Amino acid sequence: MSELTARFEVFFPSFHLQVKASVPAEGITVVFGPSGCGKTTFLRCLAGLERSPDGFLALGEQVWQDETHNIFLPLSQRPVGYVFQEPRLFPHQSVRSNLLFGWKRIPKSERHISLDQVVGILGLDSLLERRPTHLSGGEQQRVAIGRALLTSPRLLLMDEPLSSLDVHRKREVMTFIQRLDKEFRIPIIYVSHALHEVVQLARTLILLREGSVAAIGPLAEVFSQVGSRRVIPDSHIGAVIDTRVAEHDMEFGLTTLNFSGGQLSVPHQHSSIGESLRVQILARDVSLVASPPAFQTSVLNVLDATVLEIGPIESNQPFVDIKLDIGCPLLATITRKSLAILKLQPGQKVHAQIKAVALTQDSLE
Amino acid sequence: MTLSEVDLGPLWLTLRLAGVTVIVLLIIGTPIAWWLAHTRSRARTVVEAVVAMPLVLPPTVLGFYLLVLLGPHGWIGSLSQAVTGSALSFTFTGLVIASALYSLPFVVQPLHGAFEAIGRKPLEAAWSLRASKLDTFLTIASPMASRGYLTAIVLGFAHTLGEFGVVLMVGGNIPGRTKVLSIAIYDHVEVLEYTQAHVLSAGLLVFSFLVLLMVYTVNRRLPIHVS
Repeated sequence: MSELTARFEVFFPSFHLQVKASVPAEGITVVFGPSGCGKTTFLRCLAGLERSPDGFLALGEQVWQDETHNIFLPLSQRPVGYVFQEPRLFPHQSVRSNLLFGWKRIPKSERHISLDQVVGILGLDSLLERRPTHLSGGEQQRVAIGRALLTSPRLLLMDEPLSSLDVHRKREVMTFIQRLDKEFRIPIIYVSHALHEVVQLARTLILLREGSVAAIGPLAEVFSQVGSRRVIPDSHIGAVIDTRVAEHDMEFGLTTLNFSGGQLSVPHQHSSIGESLRVQILARDVSLVASPPAFQTSVLNVLDATVLEIGPIESNQPFVDIKLDIGCPLLATITRKSLAILKLQPGQKVHAQIKAVALTQDSLE
Repeated sequence: MTLSEVDLGPLWLTLRLAGVTVIVLLIIGTPIAWWLAHTRSRARTVVEAVVAMPLVLPPTVLGFYLLVLLGPHGWIGSLSQAVTGSALSFTFTGLVIASALYSLPFVVQPLHGAFEAIGRKPLEAAWSLRASKLDTFLTIASPMASRGYLTAIVLGFAHTLGEFGVVLMVGGNIPGRTKVLSIAIYDHVEVLEYTQAHVLSAGLLVFSFLVLLMVYTVNRRLPIHVS
């Protein structure tokens, strides 16, 4: 499998970015971190808009930057699509001309994506002859995405492309971005500081903090590492699980989801049976019991679990993270006191009570 | 006294001078304005100051130095004499050089402003769509700067029309070659030919007004609003 390999170090008066990363060149890789951590700078390095003095960048066999051999391709010579935070459409051209701007500039043999395809998927039909200034923010951003796609890029860079959209459009464009990955097989590097976007889109995650990589790897792994408390806000830590809709219980208004570790009951979902749904179980919503609850519990989801790993205990922190195996990784946050009472050890069998399941699509609202 | 009795030669000469000057200025001014808008070099402030000099210098000072430089003993004049056989003082070419220098800020500043208002963002977008730097300048930056160009053309043209001191110093007052409108009007007034002075002055007045009126009308209708 081909990889995107990047090594950058750039200095700014108040900021220093040092990134060494290798990610699979397929699916969506989300670059996540708080504002000012260097996400956009990293993306600009990938595009060649910032030049790292000893940088290296290769997509598979193609080397775009290798300063030790004096190789540096300017952005106009890289097969890259760039969707900026703002749409940046050309105000003096119609939507159609904007869309075709890049398309006209690539060789005929490299035009794998057609105007009709893009117009169809992005719903731009009625906009083609209009001027960008007469479009809403969401419409403009869809044109910007279409324009980048029409260069048939080998790598698509997206810098918080949803930030200018309203909730309804966000969901629509997000669904579309997921389809891009499947239909056009273009690897995407997606910068975001919104966790729900990460959870819904990412296959691979690069966590940036203060200009360097804090964690990198497949999404489910990074999110269920016991050390992630240091890099992800407390309120966001928790395993991400891919599920499939199994059945709807109309009487109680519940939906059952199947996943590799069994079943989860969640509030009714407007999804058809068999549809896949990615959910997040926040670590703070998981509590542990040593033996099956003797009393009846109001918690619907109680799963058999095995303790895998106990997180680092810090004396100034009342909480500790426990990594469990329920057929897939699950993370639970408990107090140090509870840890002492339960006398948890790796390998021990426990029951995990899941108080809530965050449905990533709904967390958009 | 009829209109035919007024010598219109200076009018045509002036229009030709202003036209040629504007073309020269667009060719020189565009790269200077582009550089000023995009460089991070410290030399920028120095260049900006030099470009703005004609705004504050008395035209006679500029005219005096140009006369020295372009004359047979100045280094530009002597170079020209070696190549073409004549110096540049008291010639139409000399007038163009002088007017171009004198009107430089009126062309560079609007272009500089327009390029700065466009910023780097649309340029980066164009590069990401495979456009080279020159391609980007021609297809994105120039059309987006069209208002700036319009202002530059009009100001450069109008300012050259009204120039007096510099052209008098450098061009002298040779009918048909360097006798431009403003000098012709001055001559008429000197010998009390007020009618002729009126005709030329009023002509210039009406012409200037019409040009500006047209510019503002077109400007209002241009589709692009940068900044």
